[in-house]
Amino acid sequence: MATATNTKMVQWDPADVKAELLKKYPPKVARKRAKQIMINEALENNTPEITANVRTTPGIITMRGCTYAGCKGVIMGPTRDIVNLVHGPIGCSFYAWLTRRNQTDPGPDGENFINYCFSTDMQEQDIIFGGEKKLEAAIQEAYDLFHPKSIAVFATCPVGLIGDDIHNVARQMKEKFGDCNVYAFSCEGYKGVSQSAGHHIANNQVFRHIVGENDEVKPGKFKINLLGEYNIGGDGFEIDRIFDKCGITCISTFSGNSTYDQFASSHTADLNAVMCHRSINYVADMLETKYGIPWIKVNFIGAESTAKSLRKIAEYFGDKKLIAKVEEVISEEMPDVMAAQTDVLTRTKGKTAMLFVGASRAHHYQGLFNEMGMKTISAGYEFAHRDDYEGRQVIPNIKLDADSRNIEELVVEADDSRFRPRKSAKEIKALEDAGYKFKHYDGLASDMDKGTLIIDDLNQYEAEKLVEIMKPDIFCAGIKEKYSIQKTGVPMKQLHSYDSGGPYAGFKGAINFYQEIDRLVGSKVWSYMKAPWQEDPQLSATYGWE
Amino acid sequence: MRKIAIYGKGGIGKSTTTQNTVAGLVELGRKIMVVGCDPKADSTRLLLGGLAQKSVLDTLREEGEDVELDDIRKLGYGGTWCVESGGPEPGVGCAGRGIITSINMLESLGAYEESEELDYAFYDVLGDVVCGGFAMPIRDGKAEEIYIVVSGEMMAMYAANNISKGIVKFAASGSVRLGGLICNSRAVDNEAEMIEKFAAKLGTKMIHFVPRENDVQRAEINRKTVIEWDPEVSQAQVYRDLARAIDENEDFVIPTPMEIEVLEELLMEYGLMQAA
Repeated sequence: MATATNTKMVQWDPADVKAELLKKYPPKVARKRAKQIMINEALENNTPEITANVRTTPGIITMRGCTYAGCKGVIMGPTRDIVNLVHGPIGCSFYAWLTRRNQTDPGPDGENFINYCFSTDMQEQDIIFGGEKKLEAAIQEAYDLFHPKSIAVFATCPVGLIGDDIHNVARQMKEKFGDCNVYAFSCEGYKGVSQSAGHHIANNQVFRHIVGENDEVKPGKFKINLLGEYNIGGDGFEIDRIFDKCGITCISTFSGNSTYDQFASSHTADLNAVMCHRSINYVADMLETKYGIPWIKVNFIGAESTAKSLRKIAEYFGDKKLIAKVEEVISEEMPDVMAAQTDVLTRTKGKTAMLFVGASRAHHYQGLFNEMGMKTISAGYEFAHRDDYEGRQVIPNIKLDADSRNIEELVVEADDSRFRPRKSAKEIKALEDAGYKFKHYDGLASDMDKGTLIIDDLNQYEAEKLVEIMKPDIFCAGIKEKYSIQKTGVPMKQLHSYDSGGPYAGFKGAINFYQEIDRLVGSKVWSYMKAPWQEDPQLSATYGWE
Repeated sequence: MRKIAIYGKGGIGKSTTTQNTVAGLVELGRKIMVVGCDPKADSTRLLLGGLAQKSVLDTLREEGEDVELDDIRKLGYGGTWCVESGGPEPGVGCAGRGIITSINMLESLGAYEESEELDYAFYDVLGDVVCGGFAMPIRDGKAEEIYIVVSGEMMAMYAANNISKGIVKFAASGSVRLGGLICNSRAVDNEAEMIEKFAAKLGTKMIHFVPRENDVQRAEINRKTVIEWDPEVSQAQVYRDLARAIDENEDFVIPTPMEIEVLEELLMEYGLMQAA
């Protein structure tokens, strides 16, 4: 047993692993899955094509969530002062109640509805006779009780089936109140192929109903929005701490620890920094087209990535003082990070990880593992599109299927009075000539080693098989995978909710993560997954008739 | 107890035919319950003398779970129990779900129990089999015999063919069978011959031909079935004959719906006969 960690660097051929994963499937399913399992060639901007954002074959236990989860749970859930009212049976609301661990500072006004679970609690009678009146009453009740700035209504599956016109109800209530912005999301769970459709629906409605509602320009010299950061386990708090220290003003975060007013005035920022490309790139694109704010891809997971992202922001503004301040902050923060790194490296170096989560986390967290000397041997996303794997250059070649066409694509034009290019064409060109990249994301594949396995929409069967063959030292995914993986004797870290940990972003987060992973991969408990008599029977016996 | 569902294209005369036929069965001494499965709740108007009654779903909504059988059924012509499922106003909610709920409610309240001594339960179902809810009466053995009201008009025959497809689907897993077509005449050329041929192609028969007759309209204005309004008129006898045909019917089949091309050929054949 003691030699287990030393003996397991068995060399497997990725093609054999792929064949093994596909062996159990019927031929048609195997053909489809084969296109979603890619042996990485690690060629910059010229990776092989992977199939992504397509329907999961029925019968396969997917890791994906639903459209409602993507819209209400991910994008809209973290905003503290919007009443998020779920129109549907109670379960959809209850199981989306605080389960993502997105944290919130109630702010000076204390207006915080995150702890509440709002639902219309549809009953059979509402299905038969229609739920619009009940929804109207629920909106009124929420308004009377809390007087929120805004109420968001989310459709669950039955609402779409019976055709309640939630948008019309929202419009009428908004007119009636006068001082409360009410809008609705047609994010029925069955739409699209994964939660990704819900992100898009949320992006559209946030942009249509909230962004641009408040033209007040906030103080601050270097104003940015942070897009696609959801403050899981307090990640956003750590990033805000670093921004504050550097003198960077974050006008709005989409949507960790955010407020309605942040969204409403986000068009007054001068740069959009995009963390999770998949879930929020639509808003970034629309802010650029309508208001002239450029966007760049950043990553605050991992100390090196954090430093790199801060430098990228500073370079955009081109202010010498800011550049110097950012360097000062980095050199202040790094000693602690390096000390923690040096400590864990003796134990974690050479270990391996697998990451199957989100459509940015499986990429971003590889940096953190690299810092610990750990190699990611297989990774993939639940709900990504091809550009998240292969880079944005493939976007023009992505074939839109019927499922994607079903999700509204907002057409946005430059705002007559408020469009203002933040940089002149000359300034942009000067930055680009110096190697600066706007609107750019290379995707996950180019950062992974040759011969690693990139798998889209991994499922329970393949996950267990993969762990069995490749024996990683840690497996990272979500709650649905947690216990089935742990039963195989491999430690499992949730990278959706962080189990009970966090923050893992920024400099302090990196230290937390090193320590957490060190603890998990070094724990002896996983070697006790089999009872002593399963490993080494003390007694043996035969039946009398044998 | 025989459980019968009447289907057919919207406006073809399902409710009128059902109630008039029920009046004929009453004359034969049969004890019947009529369940209207239409959100408009107008399937028992002639049997109740126009008295609007509270629907199952309205009662359920207002009374909650505390509902008695007598809250939702009412005695009509000749001791016939009349029930209206009811449903949402047009354009909202889910009427199909409503039918499922109300039939389940009737069952749990014991409306079909042997102690009720019913000879027949009739389901008068809205329009085509548009969704799962409207198929409820032919699912799970709720109804075992289906009669389709049809005329010689193309869309009525098209609907009948579609309903037959629904029956095929549920017949495979249950006891539902097609009992025949009732031709409610629209005075189309060669109508009886065409429907007989159509029925034969479906593997069934035209169980009765109901000629177009203004007395039906006159009786309706008086909120009565023809038999109650004027037992002597010829149309009263037509419904008596239809009632007897159903009462004596023993031909129950799994229908053989046809391709749309075959249906159109049939229309061509009989439509052109007149032109030639």
